[in-house]
Amino acid sequence: MSRLLVRNVWKEYPGQVVLERLSLEIASGEFCALVGPSGCGKTTFLRMLLGEESPTRGTIELDGKPLVAEPGPDRGVVFQRYSVFPHLTVLQNVIIGREFERSPFLGKLFGAKRRAAEEEAEEVLNEVGLSAHRAKYPAELSGGMQQRLAISQALIRKPKVLLLDEPFGALDAGTKSQMYELLLRLWAEHKMSIFMVTHDLKEGFTLATRVLAFDKVRIDPQAPGAYGATVTYNLPLEDKIAAMAAA
Amino acid sequence: MRRIINLRPGRGGIVLWGALPFLMAGVAYAVASSARLAANPNDKLLPPFESFVAAIARLALNPDPRTGDYLMWVDTLASLERLGIGLAVATALALVLGVAVGLIPYIRAGLSPVIGVISMIPPMAVLPVLFIVFGLDELSKVVLIVFGVAPFLVRDLALKVADMPREQLIKAQTLGASTWQIVVRVVLPQMLPRLIDAVRLSLGPAWLFLISAEAIAATEGLGYRIFLVRRYMAMDVILPYVAWITLLAFLSDAGLRWINARFFPWLQAGKGQS
Repeated sequence: MSRLLVRNVWKEYPGQVVLERLSLEIASGEFCALVGPSGCGKTTFLRMLLGEESPTRGTIELDGKPLVAEPGPDRGVVFQRYSVFPHLTVLQNVIIGREFERSPFLGKLFGAKRRAAEEEAEEVLNEVGLSAHRAKYPAELSGGMQQRLAISQALIRKPKVLLLDEPFGALDAGTKSQMYELLLRLWAEHKMSIFMVTHDLKEGFTLATRVLAFDKVRIDPQAPGAYGATVTYNLPLEDKIAAMAAA
Repeated sequence: MRRIINLRPGRGGIVLWGALPFLMAGVAYAVASSARLAANPNDKLLPPFESFVAAIARLALNPDPRTGDYLMWVDTLASLERLGIGLAVATALALVLGVAVGLIPYIRAGLSPVIGVISMIPPMAVLPVLFIVFGLDELSKVVLIVFGVAPFLVRDLALKVADMPREQLIKAQTLGASTWQIVVRVVLPQMLPRLIDAVRLSLGPAWLFLISAEAIAATEGLGYRIFLVRRYMAMDVILPYVAWITLLAFLSDAGLRWINARFFPWLQAGKGQS
């Protein structure tokens, strides 16, 4: 379960309002695309969901509990770049989530526990099609493969919410459509909520069950920072929601 | 005629062009030396190459008549011990303080101004203080090396930790990592090769501080020997010693570079491609 409730959230920096009057209610298991022009606060909103930043006013609740103000294992994340650890191989990058969980002091598993984690990681790598590359370092992978690795890394902790910050922004068109397929399959299998920031409107409508468009409704030309952006359109894509409910 | 920026030496050419300055220096020395020796067979300033061999044989292969020690090895051992301990302590300090300052905002707020000020104190200016406080023995020399090298290493490492992509630290947290786990699994493994590179850069200063301290107060050591025999203008000892020190420094640099290549394969990964 991962019902998200956003109540009158504002985010202000000195001399600048980034987000204002943001209220949303998102059901569990939805795939939300956050779209809008640059600098309209969609990434800021994602960071607040992540716990990297906290709202200046208002509250965000996940399943009725206020969001903890730091990143945690219930919310996985994939950034556009630098999401994977360059000093670990593909397999090590995936099992590290389990190692953090099960080995508080060394952060490293040995023996039978390690083999169990490796088996689990192999399964995830199979799902994303990276098994053949398990011994490579991220620098030896293509951009699309790195993003698949970043997704499988997040999946091993089975997060309730997966946050994606322009995950496919740096990929070519062919790789992108493969990634869409993969992402939709994983979303259906793992039954998690997904929030994805994207520049690409078409991408948003292709993937999401709900498109949230961020924009400024009020603009003061003398003081560009005086008003913030908010969700101007909250579009549920009914047919996809119906398909999701049927599945 | 192609532009000179597009002309590249071949493999043999690289060796030849690299060796050329060394050869030229050797020839220049031989010519100048023989000219001076022709004028005065007892000239001490530019002694012939044979006298270097004789001096090395005397110091390294025969025991000193007074003490019975093989002086060159005693000197080398003493200097390397001081240098090794000094660099090890400085590196350990850098590892602990650098990571803490770079990663933890409260420690950065508390320590980075004081480290910034300490790193501006000229180490040679506090050498008298070190001699007074720690005595003239080994400790003051080691402390001088630590004092001279550690602030640079700490600041360098702290900057590199702070420069790590924020995405990696956030990602580790979303995988459930504690601060300690982030340090041991994410930060340290990536910072060790950077630290080793920084140590390579600080080998020069470390030798500088070592030889200065030995020149002022010591009873053995490479720097001590050079400054001792200076009184007799014994260039036949000084020049081989300088060459020996240079070789030691060069070898330790090469050794550290080898460690980086051997133990951190991910540094090279993907660089050969595309």
